[in-house]
Amino acid sequence: MTDATVAEAPAAPSTRSAGRFLYISGVVLLCAWVLVPIYFLLVNTLSSPDTVNSFPKPLFPEFDFGSLAFFAQFAGMLTALKNSVLTAGMTMIMSILIGAPAGYALSRFDFRGKELFRLLILLTRAFPLPLLALPLAVMFIQTGLDDTTFGLALVHTTLAIPFAVLITFSLFSGIPLELEEAAWTLGCTRLTAFTKVVLPLILPGITASAIFAFVISWNEVFAAAVLTIENRTLTAFLLQNLDTSPLHLKFAGGFILVVPALIFIFAVRKYLFAMWGIANR
Amino acid sequence: MAEIQIKNVAKKFGAYQALHDINLTIADQEFMVLLGASGCGKTTLLRIICGLETATEGEVWIGGRRVDHLAPKDRGIAMVFQNYAVFPHLTVFENIGFGLRMQKLPDDEVRRRVERVASLMHIEMLLKRYSGELSGGQRQRVAVARALAMEPDVILMDEPLSNLDALLRMEMRAELKGVLAESKTTAVYVTHDQVEAMSMADRISVMHQGEIVQAASPIEVYRNPAAEFVASFIGNPPMNFLRAEAAGDGKWSVAGNVIDGPRYGKSPLQFAIRPEDMQPAGDGLEAKVKIVEPLGAHLLVTCEVNGTLFRAVLDSDMEVKRGDMLTLAPQTDRVRWFDPETTLAVA
Repeated sequence: MTDATVAEAPAAPSTRSAGRFLYISGVVLLCAWVLVPIYFLLVNTLSSPDTVNSFPKPLFPEFDFGSLAFFAQFAGMLTALKNSVLTAGMTMIMSILIGAPAGYALSRFDFRGKELFRLLILLTRAFPLPLLALPLAVMFIQTGLDDTTFGLALVHTTLAIPFAVLITFSLFSGIPLELEEAAWTLGCTRLTAFTKVVLPLILPGITASAIFAFVISWNEVFAAAVLTIENRTLTAFLLQNLDTSPLHLKFAGGFILVVPALIFIFAVRKYLFAMWGIANR
Repeated sequence: MAEIQIKNVAKKFGAYQALHDINLTIADQEFMVLLGASGCGKTTLLRIICGLETATEGEVWIGGRRVDHLAPKDRGIAMVFQNYAVFPHLTVFENIGFGLRMQKLPDDEVRRRVERVASLMHIEMLLKRYSGELSGGQRQRVAVARALAMEPDVILMDEPLSNLDALLRMEMRAELKGVLAESKTTAVYVTHDQVEAMSMADRISVMHQGEIVQAASPIEVYRNPAAEFVASFIGNPPMNFLRAEAAGDGKWSVAGNVIDGPRYGKSPLQFAIRPEDMQPAGDGLEAKVKIVEPLGAHLLVTCEVNGTLFRAVLDSDMEVKRGDMLTLAPQTDRVRWFDPETTLAVA
């Protein structure tokens, strides 16, 4: 009896430390998976065009803005950047204007087919974009929406809405109905209770969901490439010039694309958990 | 100041009938407690008075004015919620002043009224804090202060003390009773806690399965329960019941004893007695002791009379142990009788 416990005692820490080793190496591996490519992107963007095109590649950035300057001067690049910002901005506004009321309705009202509706929202993401993009292109040409940032923003809005609805749904659900009811008993109408109590409480979350919509549009390339020709967004423009442009332009373009998305997602990370029903506070 | 009249109110949630034809008048400045187990419809009734729920049928009148078609804000009520519902994005001051600001009262009037109710509820030092920086008890005080600041005709409270710990609850109970009596407001208070109901109410409405079984003063509800449900719900431990067979001419045979009772056409009846209304004596009910629980002030003895569980509260000096036989004499003026078919009291 005593022997057994003595024998077991040293064994336990060693299995624990082995598990700990596995855990840490797993974390390191996963971080490297994400961080190493981003690091190389950063190194090559902040190096001069000559260094980027030579071999071996540098391991540390030389903080030379030659590549970025070349990127800025490349014909059409700044227009593409502007188009990207415009499209993403419109996507952000439209997806919140449509998504937030839907999220509120889902969280506060009971209606027939509510569960089905929630499922259908997600289902819009089940169709591959190429399947939708081609008929859309035809329709856009018929209505004159083709090759406009607004038309593209419409498509991006449909992509972003499911997330906007689900994020705001979970935000609204996180606000006890009693708070609204208390406001009603204290002299508020449904509308003033919303603006004075609910809105201030969910504003950070709404911002997060808006930024997420921005990033979705910002990163989207397929619909942008199919639906626009002259007014290309940055992603579509880079894709178009992928085989003809020099290496340092690709790096600089990639970097410009990745950075805002990264910063935004990092800023709103806690609200993205909210979308999956994990506590949002 | 206002009287509340509830006339033939019924509520259905889909096929489920939550309230059946409720009629109740609550007098001006009365403290009315709606008491019942969870799911009995007491909160639904409160929310119908408040206007957060609409009745399927019936009318609600407050202060001689029909209000069932009005929004909560137009009924002259204020409500205290179970989870307090203190707005987290506002300071305590702005929380208490919220309703006053909605009425567009001038700043100095808002300040005057907020400070008055804050001192009434002893939270003057918390006015600059946010709800996240308050304890449960303090939030409770803010919620009550916010309702009082409205100077409503009627104040509605939905289990306001149920989230507090036992000691704090006892303290708040007395304080709330004092503050409300002072404010001369009609109060409707929902609780499932009979001690809270007994200690605070002017009148208790005992609710069961969507109906008001009895509406009477606490002592009346305790001494003369209108139905078996009330008798077994109120009182801790609850009333004891024994089967009584007619023995002719107003006499009833209870566990081998013949006891004076009502003249009643039907047999059997239920004989009922509170645990504290019995004394050990030479003559009475034969009880076999099963469990003895010394509670300090008195002795709670669970025994068996004629195969039925039976509780008695005895003097703590009594020496009783498991397996003893007791002879318990019921105090005759405290005996109550119920018809087992209708479950209603028999006079």
